[in-house]
Amino acid sequence: MEPKLAFAYGAIASFLILGSLFVVATLGISRLLAPRKPDPEKYSIYECGSEPIGPPWVQFRVGYYVYALLFVLFDVETVFLYPWAVTVRALPVFVLGEMIVFIAILGLGLAYAWKEGALKWR
Amino acid sequence: MSPLLVIVLRTLAGLGLLLLNGVVLIYMLRKVLGHLHLRLGPTRVGPWGIFQTSMDVVKLLTKEDFRPTASDKWLFRIAPLLIFVPSFMAYLAIGFSPTWHFANLDTGVLFVFAVLSFVPIGIMMAGWASNSKWSLIGGMRAAGQQIAYEIPLLLSVLGVAMLAGSLDPKVIVESQAGLWLGFLPKWFIVPQFLGFWLFAISAQAETNQTPFDMSEAESELVTGFANEYSGMRFGFMFLAEFSNMFVAAAVGTTLFFGGWLLPGLEHNALALALGPIIFMVKVYLGIFCMMWVRGTLPRIRIDQMLSFAWKALIPLSLLWVVVFAVILKAVGA
Repeated sequence: MEPKLAFAYGAIASFLILGSLFVVATLGISRLLAPRKPDPEKYSIYECGSEPIGPPWVQFRVGYYVYALLFVLFDVETVFLYPWAVTVRALPVFVLGEMIVFIAILGLGLAYAWKEGALKWR
Repeated sequence: MSPLLVIVLRTLAGLGLLLLNGVVLIYMLRKVLGHLHLRLGPTRVGPWGIFQTSMDVVKLLTKEDFRPTASDKWLFRIAPLLIFVPSFMAYLAIGFSPTWHFANLDTGVLFVFAVLSFVPIGIMMAGWASNSKWSLIGGMRAAGQQIAYEIPLLLSVLGVAMLAGSLDPKVIVESQAGLWLGFLPKWFIVPQFLGFWLFAISAQAETNQTPFDMSEAESELVTGFANEYSGMRFGFMFLAEFSNMFVAAAVGTTLFFGGWLLPGLEHNALALALGPIIFMVKVYLGIFCMMWVRGTLPRIRIDQMLSFAWKALIPLSLLWVVVFAVILKAVGA
């Protein structure tokens, strides 16, 4: 690996490891300094002071899943657009046309999802 | 010095910067919001209350850090880590001057967005693990909102990528040197005004600022996803929020406002020395504007907010990418 790239990867690893260590160490210090007075009332779930009614871990509408799927679709598409955007000035006009077709297909997909009501948050 | 030592020292410098930013920004937010609301903000601890946030850190550190018995043990514990570490890693790609940066990443801009997209996972994890209804609603909202606004945020940067022909923050800033028509700085906000507008709105939503603070929404959800958290775990979540604010403003400055450049102060020794100061002033002006918006606009409803992203921002940003690419080709030919 060339030195510049190795340095960049090293820095990323260092930020990840030392950043996590910092969190763990601070929580450790906090544990040493903070009082611990267990109390079942205190350790219960907060629901405006009254007893919690029913569990919050319930089933979700399938609509959220469609939503997430749409997001993945558009996010991946954006990642495809990035290398194109960086080089678009140097590339021939034909490539621009291709990308317009690609974006138009995605736009159609968004229009279809819109028509089917998948974009509605309920 | 060996490269390893340099890396470790830079990581520690990054941590220091993040903590300093956190303390300064929380104080600034309280003061700015206070004065916008015709109040004074903190005044008691130290002159003008400047030690308020430092004392708050001490308070959080010595506060009991408990976990509700009904919550999911490991998810609850890991979530603050998953929220904090990505927002710290985003500092890697910020360039403060031609020579001042943590690491010179060739695709720095993409790196920032890549690591920051981990944050919603942490927020959702916190919301789910807490086993509280407020937290769960907050977590689900955060997920819906942050994924919806991530797309226009990513698309808004494409125009800058086309202009600069690179994703390296250094190259992007250097290509904004010079003047247009002899008086207008060659910053990318001029050709990319619509791009900046899209970026500013999406960044406001991605950093969970009012009018888009759906996941917190203190008047609806108490504190949303952070409801069951206390002590330093809560502290880390909010440190991450303020750090994200700084990162958003820094990326905006790099992409649209010429980073460390100032007209007339380019490519000489003085510019090199003043670069980091100019950069920080621009970033803090950007953060001030974010706080201004935060203090001015009321929170919007979650369904309105999501349809605004999917039905207005995303089609508009896709269209703008195409239109701008065509313009760029036509001008270039």
